Amino acid sequence: MKTLTSRRIACLSGAALVGSLALSACGSDNNASGSAAPGASSSGSSAKADCAKGTLNGEGSTAQQNAIEEVISAFQDACEGATVNYNPTGSGAGIKQFTAGQVDFAGSDSALKTEMKDGVVEQAAADKTCGSPAWNLPMVTGPIAVAYKLNGVDKLILTPDVIAKVFLGQIITWNDPAIAKINPGVTLPGTAIKVFFRSDESGTTENFTKYLHGAAPKVWTADPAKKWTGKGEGKEKTAGVAGAVKSTEGGITYSEWSAAKDNGLSMAQVDNGAGPVELTGEAAGKAVAAAKQVGEGNNIKLSLDYTTKQAGAYPIVLVTYEIVCSKGKDPAKVALTQAFLKQFSSPEQQKALETIGYAPLPTDVAAKVSTAINALS
Amino acid sequence: MSSVTGASAVDHTPNPHGESPLGGDRASTGRLGDRVFGGAATGAGLLVIAIVTLIAVFLLSQAIPSLARDNASFLTSTEWTVAGGNPRFGIANLLWTTVASSIIAMLIAVPLGVGVALFITQYAPRWLSRTAASLVDLLAAVPSIVYGLWGAFVFGPHITGVQSAISSVLGWIPFFSNDTGKVDSSGTIFFIGIVLSIMILPIVTALSREVFAQTPATHKEAALALGATRWEMIRTAVLPFGRPGVISASMLGLGRALGETVAVAIILSTLANGTAWSFSVFNGGETFASKIANNAGEFDSPQKTGAFIAAGLVLFVLTFIVNAIARIVIERRKAFTE
Repeated sequence: MKTLTSRRIACLSGAALVGSLALSACGSDNNASGSAAPGASSSGSSAKADCAKGTLNGEGSTAQQNAIEEVISAFQDACEGATVNYNPTGSGAGIKQFTAGQVDFAGSDSALKTEMKDGVVEQAAADKTCGSPAWNLPMVTGPIAVAYKLNGVDKLILTPDVIAKVFLGQIITWNDPAIAKINPGVTLPGTAIKVFFRSDESGTTENFTKYLHGAAPKVWTADPAKKWTGKGEGKEKTAGVAGAVKSTEGGITYSEWSAAKDNGLSMAQVDNGAGPVELTGEAAGKAVAAAKQVGEGNNIKLSLDYTTKQAGAYPIVLVTYEIVCSKGKDPAKVALTQAFLKQFSSPEQQKALETIGYAPLPTDVAAKVSTAINALS
Repeated sequence: MSSVTGASAVDHTPNPHGESPLGGDRASTGRLGDRVFGGAATGAGLLVIAIVTLIAVFLLSQAIPSLARDNASFLTSTEWTVAGGNPRFGIANLLWTTVASSIIAMLIAVPLGVGVALFITQYAPRWLSRTAASLVDLLAAVPSIVYGLWGAFVFGPHITGVQSAISSVLGWIPFFSNDTGKVDSSGTIFFIGIVLSIMILPIVTALSREVFAQTPATHKEAALALGATRWEMIRTAVLPFGRPGVISASMLGLGRALGETVAVAIILSTLANGTAWSFSVFNGGETFASKIANNAGEFDSPQKTGAFIAAGLVLFVLTFIVNAIARIVIERRKAFTE
């Protein structure tokens, strides 16, 4: 995991420096022509996965990078002649490339927006490029951990209001009465709370602030955004914030589950009103299962209920989507897309992703996704 | 590097025919080689000018629409809200962080680099000077991401003590005050200045070394013959001769420090929105380059992209001004070098 993280830093920094050219040097070859081999179709080999030949290019969210790399490697092992490239440049860049027709699918931390933002309606623009509706398909859910480092405090319970106040700099010491009240029996030191946030614009920040805005609307009044609007000290990317907390006594941050686990940080249990919930794949899955579907038909957009009081649901969750054209222009490519997404959403694959810090899709969402994948044409 | 050797008054005295001695008669033999080489050289010169002009045009064309929509003062505002219907952004913070970190880097790297160069050319025995020179050059080959990771994870944890020591003694000077209270890790302007100084050290050293090695032996021997000690010889012969070169080297290093991206993005802590302005170097911040790098993944609208490119434009102009000042200084010094 360590190497993965540092490779990601290297890749992204390279990208920042020299632009997308550098990215092809960071991983799989991205210059392969976009066209699939002629005559390929779902030839359904004896292996478990449906297979198709050709090359599929995707770009977007860094939050799902580790997951998709895992899936790509499993898919390419199972399917000879199939190549999938994923360029982790960020959700915004992925959607932009998809809308420009440069990639076959985009990975994004949020579904395509249907309202006007900076002069563009993402959904409409994507539909136009596709010539058919573009679908958002949830593929991975990543819980966001509230990670901290405080010697002698292994178990800490936080409520949405307290989390929001901590990240707004309104609670500045660990033994503040507000924290002590919800943690009876825990000896809290008087250490200053040092908040670290993501200095780059990130989907993790957006989803974390969505949660704070949804669950503690009175305290967190700022609109959710990719850019941090609270207080604290900014560090670059997930590796930066996790590393900073690891080396700072009294530090606290929000980060992907995997990063918090890898760095051995303590993770707070979140109490939304139905008792404290520890972060587990199952607990995060429960929150996703409680989400409302807002897109129509096979366009599966999930609206998470951040105030969920369901027992045992961990509410701070990020859902990442793959965005695809519902009607592809190239039949061979459609077959390949279907095969790849089937692999991605298969229960075994989803289970495997849990070991690297993602939570599997709940079964009823997975069933809807599966229907949508089969409906791609 | 024509400026390095300097030019004397003799070089400008016309000969009896009224021609400048260095000017030549610009005659061509008309041979093919002459014409091809002349054309190629002219072409190369024009190409550089064209590239710089095109970069400027690109930056301007991308930046102007966003600048026109900016509702805050671009040069003096410290806000940075670039998306949405009411964009308010300014570069005051970025400019300060960029300039302050580069100045710290220069304050450390230039004296050190000149010292190393003097040691290598004037003091060290031959076997040592060759080894030392190639070792210093090796520093230039280390990618900046390595400096960044090393700074953040290895060097960083040791610097916080130094920082608090300085601020407790010199805290009454605004530059060293510790009243910011926002940055608790090593990600300060002061620290990134130190890391940058290591990054530009090989540039300053390598160029200075070359220039010092060019000092005419006659100058040095003359100084020694007049009874100068070795240090006096260096002060009266080597340093004045090498000064334009050292200035060029420093400017080259400054250019790298101003534009350094990856190491800064990794090490420097950014500040939250609405943090009060502070002159302290023990504060965090973002430089032009690190700000653009941090946000490049999410350039989702032309307005946003344009705002960042506008910041890039300022860096471009800043570098241009620095180089222009360096040129002027070198030109003015020329006459006194021999």
